[in-house]
Amino acid sequence: MAEPPVEPTSAPAGPDPNGAEPAALSAWDRVRIARHPERPHALDYVAALTNDFVELHGDRAFGDDRALIGGLARMGGRTVMVIGHQKGENTRENIDRNFGMARPEGYRKADRLLRHAGKFGFPVVTFIDTPGAEPNIGSEERGQGTAIAESLVMMANLRVPSVAVVVGEGGSGGALAIGVADRIVMLENAVYAVASPEACAAILWKDAGRAPEAAETMRITARELADLGIVDAIVPEPRPAHERPREVIEATGKVVNALLDDLVASYPIDDYPGVERLREARYQKFRRIGAWRTAEQQSTGLPDDGLL
Amino acid sequence: MREFFQRRGKFRPHTADEDRADQQIPENLWVKCPRCGDLLYSKELERNDRVCPKCGYHLRLRARQRIALLTDVGTFREWDADLRPEDPLHFVDASGPYAAKLRATQAKTGEVEALVTGEATLDGRALALAVADFDFLGASMGSVFGEKLVRAAERCAERGLPLVTVNSSGGARMHEGLLSLMQMAKTVAAFARLGRAGVPHLSLLVDPCYGGVTASYATIGDVIIAEPGALIGFAGPRVIEQITKQKLPEGFQTAEFLLDHGMIDLIVPRPELRQTLATLLDHYAHSTRGLPQPAVPDHPEPVLAVAAEVAGG
Repeated sequence: MAEPPVEPTSAPAGPDPNGAEPAALSAWDRVRIARHPERPHALDYVAALTNDFVELHGDRAFGDDRALIGGLARMGGRTVMVIGHQKGENTRENIDRNFGMARPEGYRKADRLLRHAGKFGFPVVTFIDTPGAEPNIGSEERGQGTAIAESLVMMANLRVPSVAVVVGEGGSGGALAIGVADRIVMLENAVYAVASPEACAAILWKDAGRAPEAAETMRITARELADLGIVDAIVPEPRPAHERPREVIEATGKVVNALLDDLVASYPIDDYPGVERLREARYQKFRRIGAWRTAEQQSTGLPDDGLL
Repeated sequence: MREFFQRRGKFRPHTADEDRADQQIPENLWVKCPRCGDLLYSKELERNDRVCPKCGYHLRLRARQRIALLTDVGTFREWDADLRPEDPLHFVDASGPYAAKLRATQAKTGEVEALVTGEATLDGRALALAVADFDFLGASMGSVFGEKLVRAAERCAERGLPLVTVNSSGGARMHEGLLSLMQMAKTVAAFARLGRAGVPHLSLLVDPCYGGVTASYATIGDVIIAEPGALIGFAGPRVIEQITKQKLPEGFQTAEFLLDHGMIDLIVPRPELRQTLATLLDHYAHSTRGLPQPAVPDHPEPVLAVAAEVAGG
């Protein structure tokens, strides 16, 4: 595989994680680490990395979703808008936080806070950590799909720089809803997937018990996603984050601040052409993601038998 | 509002497999309506745009059938028909390699991917179409689906051509992993630009439409239309039942349910679709927006190209 497209100006991804911990962990190991209840969650990062955090609540339409938090904070010498999924550390907290599964009002709160950030020129930092958007009757009634789609639009159109960090579990559309950022960072033991390995195994293997196998096949680890051109920087975890939370949070802060410094310097947004350049760069970043070829091009994945 | 649902007859969930198994006896001469169970003469059904003459049930249409329904004869010019899917993850599941599944699906459906795009006229009005084909791996959104859609949106933005999307999908295509999820971001970004160019996007939701498509470009249309009885949602009903143990209310996730909850603009029966789209297109032809259109960029190479060369070499 080619080198991951780490921005030359971005923060160093640290020592090669493969060097520090030679490929000892399977994808499924990382899923379990990513879901560890004591792994630092969004508000732990906010507490350790920012000052003067003011949490902002509510979607101004229906309610306040405690599975998705947000607010203004000082980070790396600037005011930023922080948005993140929030899991709990125990069952009681998790019930309060709905296990980090946001509802439509959560994504509409994110949408509102993103608009707010754009209005005042505050860069956006998001912390992704969710099994997925909440699947239930109420969420469907209130337009879960629409709420996620509108948050995606808001992020794609955002007039300020943004950095998304997958700190734990990046679960499907519910994760991506706050993940359409200029730079995507993953912690070494975080995972990011189109569907949970259990769901994928249940559908494609007809057996949810084969989730470990599905996890391997789906390419959900930070290194693999850097190779696929999706992840820009990886925060190393010499020890899993729940064992060394302070160190990993601090390393995450350094990477995010360096990326923000670079984005703010590269894309001054005090005039409209600057904003358009930023949007164009973001558009091109996502525009190129995927695997396709034309009929004439040599296939790399499929033997070309001239069928179609 | 409850009696609104009751008048339409009891909702009966079914799967695509049941549809196929039930409908094709014998030899496509007779088709069994999945809802009322009546045997319908297939030629009569085709004449009726595959709407059951007995109970009004809208049977699914293939992409090319849909295009024929919504365009003037002989005017459809397909775009990007030469784009082919890849197997970037070398994905193998219980039923075998993704590559083999793709080839078998291509042979079975006669399509190379799950989305057909192009331009045509509708009673003389120029428009572009992007139509999903549910028979192709459940019209799941993978890289080629996303790329075709983005190219269509870029062309429409440049040319000021209204874009009608016909959306039916099981969600993001798992076989292409996170690349599929990222197509949500990619398509939404392209539709956002289309919107900034002042070009209308009319989204038609047809049975069934779920997951990543519902949570991206399909629900940000300027007008969102659904066919009667179409099942539309983010999470599938079985997932919701399994996870929440909730009993799903009658009519849950039907087009009527979405209209009732304010999520779509209109429900339009299939025989009236052409007229509704034509009327809407005429309104947008009077749009007073005259913004300069962004130039259509050259199609970039996928970031995977380099990696793929190495892997394939």
